[in-house]
Amino acid sequence: MNALLEMQGISKHFTGVKALSDVSFTVAPGEIHALVGENGAGKSTLMKVLSGVYPHGSYDGAIVFDGEERRFRDIIDSEALGIIIIHQELALVPLMSIAENIFIANPPGRFGIIDRGAVHRRTQELLAKVGLNESPDTLITNIGVGKQQLVEIAKALSKKVRLLILDEPTASLSEKDSQALLDLLLEFKAQGIASILISHKLNEVSRVADRITVLRDGRTVDTLDCSDGAVEEDRIIRRMVDRDLEHRYPKREPKIGETIFRVSDWSAYHPLHTDRQMIRNVDFEVKRGEIVGIAGLMGAGRTEFAMSVFGRSYGQKITGRVEIEGREADVSTVRRAIDAGLAYVTEDRKHLGLLLAEDIRKNISLANLDRIAPGRVIDDVQELKVASDYRSRMRIRCHSVYQETGKLSGGNQQKVVLSKWLFTDPKVLILDEPTRGIDVGAKYEIYCIINELADSGRGVVVISSEMPELLGICDRICVMNEGAFVGEFPAAEATQEKIMRAIMRKGEARP
Amino acid sequence: MSDTPASEKTMALQDKPHPPKSGHAGFLKNNLRDYGMMISLFAIMIFFEIVTNGTLLRPLNLTNLVLQNSYIVIMALGMLLVIVTGHIDLSVGSVAGFIGAVAAVLIVKFGVHYIPAALICLALGALIGAAQGYWVAYFKIPSFIVTLAGMLVFKGLALAILAGQSVGPFPVEFQKLSSGFIPELIPDVTTLYPTSLAIGALLALVLVWQNVRNRARQESHGIETEPYGFFIGKNLLLLAVIIYFAYLIASHRGLPNVLVIITALVALYAFVTTRTTIGRQIYAVGGNEKAAKLSGIKTERLTFLTFVNMGVLAALAGLVFAARLNTATPKAGLGFELDVIAACFIGGASAYGGVGRVGGAVIGALIMGVMNNGMSILGIGIDYQQVIKGLVLLGAVCLDVYNQRRS
Repeated sequence: MNALLEMQGISKHFTGVKALSDVSFTVAPGEIHALVGENGAGKSTLMKVLSGVYPHGSYDGAIVFDGEERRFRDIIDSEALGIIIIHQELALVPLMSIAENIFIANPPGRFGIIDRGAVHRRTQELLAKVGLNESPDTLITNIGVGKQQLVEIAKALSKKVRLLILDEPTASLSEKDSQALLDLLLEFKAQGIASILISHKLNEVSRVADRITVLRDGRTVDTLDCSDGAVEEDRIIRRMVDRDLEHRYPKREPKIGETIFRVSDWSAYHPLHTDRQMIRNVDFEVKRGEIVGIAGLMGAGRTEFAMSVFGRSYGQKITGRVEIEGREADVSTVRRAIDAGLAYVTEDRKHLGLLLAEDIRKNISLANLDRIAPGRVIDDVQELKVASDYRSRMRIRCHSVYQETGKLSGGNQQKVVLSKWLFTDPKVLILDEPTRGIDVGAKYEIYCIINELADSGRGVVVISSEMPELLGICDRICVMNEGAFVGEFPAAEATQEKIMRAIMRKGEARP
Repeated sequence: MSDTPASEKTMALQDKPHPPKSGHAGFLKNNLRDYGMMISLFAIMIFFEIVTNGTLLRPLNLTNLVLQNSYIVIMALGMLLVIVTGHIDLSVGSVAGFIGAVAAVLIVKFGVHYIPAALICLALGALIGAAQGYWVAYFKIPSFIVTLAGMLVFKGLALAILAGQSVGPFPVEFQKLSSGFIPELIPDVTTLYPTSLAIGALLALVLVWQNVRNRARQESHGIETEPYGFFIGKNLLLLAVIIYFAYLIASHRGLPNVLVIITALVALYAFVTTRTTIGRQIYAVGGNEKAAKLSGIKTERLTFLTFVNMGVLAALAGLVFAARLNTATPKAGLGFELDVIAACFIGGASAYGGVGRVGGAVIGALIMGVMNNGMSILGIGIDYQQVIKGLVLLGAVCLDVYNQRRS
């Protein structure tokens, strides 16, 4: 059997991080090939290499498509061969219609004048193919995410697709929409279109995939063939996380004291839709020296909860009570929340955490300038001392504290953000996805820092989508779903299955 | 790198960005951006000095150069802050013209004493800045639109209160704001004004002394400093240039009052932007507004304040310009905003916010001023002057973007 696609020995570096090393990956004609792995395992990077987002020359290895070696300069080159990628973040223009979006690059017509009749007709054909019952003139902003996903696929079909790449297509879809989408993939398969499916949802993967390739830390670990009976999910998971778990998380003897942080009856509404309650009368508490994890799926309301508490940075009509060290705390603005002893380390450090064009020194002092600026004039020697001190304490790898933070690796950037918040001397830290986009070695260091924070008598909250991480570092794990806490486990009793079950039985279990 | 921990050396360092180069050439290359504008200014001045057969740096012309560009420099200081926060103010020319008109009406028509009149004008400038800043900061209306509206409104209001006529002249004391010179302490001098020369020399020495002190302090804390020879050379050059210009200025009529105002303002704004918390926070707002907000910075209030500040400086510039012309005309301030914005961008400010220096904006204003002046001396018409200035603006920004992309 001749492979449709062969990626041979692909390696790709980023500043300080090896994202892919010697990955090989093949797709047969008309095959659904799933690509699984933890966050940061290299799935998206591999697909960006394939689609030409990272052009030939920026990686090592070869891409053979249809028996010929290909050197894509950009995404246009790969699309010309029928390799179409649909990214996790949909790339549709919200205020244009479905038809306009589908034919955004190459509308049918002559001499640059769009043939609107043809656009309409062909859009209708495509929408029928993907089973979307909407008028071609409907604006994208007026349809839900599930339908938008179908529009993306219709757009791909308009380009004579031969290999369709879907990056976590069902991550934000409801169960029903997900099923419909997967059925569509099976239908394409029958028509001879091959697909690469990147997904975290193993039940979906094992339902539709012909083969499953597991990536771990930028390497191909295994390719499992599903033709001889379904592959057990446990086996996939084992291959995904198969690391020496003993050494992934630093050991710690928790010394847990009295309650340091208590949130009671906390509610918040969506910032735009006033009647959508995002956080539903939540109660939450953290003890001194304790690391509490918050588990949940994307959109469960974890970040929204944390940000609404931290100076009302999210939502509106926020009500509830916050106590820090037994006293009611005023957290109505970010400044007051910081002064009350609260710190929130964002999940999106590039957009919400760092001044990327500024140096390490200025980033670290930013949230507590008053401490190095008596009389509002900055004492630059003091500032430098502070920065140098955190540089060595946090082991920030840089050639000087005057280095721009935009040029640091993800792990070192995260250490700068953590330094910034430690410099505010918080009593309670909320860390939102603290190890996202960070390589394994740096993760370990971040875990050590988290442990030290707890051991120094602070309360630590860790929001994470990586369950093994929560199980590895937390003393207690709370599970959140649809804006409410739906379960709680001491670390010793928690397992991935239990957490998952707590998330799944949402509807029936809520009091 | 002597303080590098051992563990660091075992890390894969092949991707480490730009290890600092040693040696003069390497240092200059790494800091080209900082010194590039200064070098360009000198090159342009030398060029015009040569092609105008020495007219450019004649004491009389140099004094004129200062007076002609004073209001651009004043407004560039405010505009820099506005641009650093990621905004723009298109209304400054109209506001300056409007305030000049208000001053003329108050002083000439109603006979208000010039000091309260000037204070009223500055307060009015603050109010105008606040009115525009309010929409930008709290209502998130793009500054381009708000200030475009302001540009039309204040241009129209200036016309209205002047009733289409020029109003003047101003009392002599008011004119001194821009055409006066500091008093000479030593009596009966005619060719050289020693007080002005002494002030210039003192300023030069203070600057050099500060540089030396800074360097000593940086060294004592192990901060990387520029190469020693380079440092000495730079300071000698600074000393020589300032004293030479002081000498030129002193050999005409001494220090113009407005140069004293500008120097004080530049020093103040340089200090505020580099050394104070509010300056740091303004750069943070422009660099990443969301991150700044989540770090407890009151981003809206800072944006608002930069517009208030801009309003005050535009008012001051309007007063200086009116005093210089000795009359308020409906056309005063026309197109100033373009020169001011160009000065900031030539001086290295980023259109995306977060980047820009007071020194750069001043140098940008001087580059524009020297080119205006030099080309006028050469007899190049206003038509081609604009073409050349436009190309210089584009070229300077392209060079800057190219330099950034390379690093």
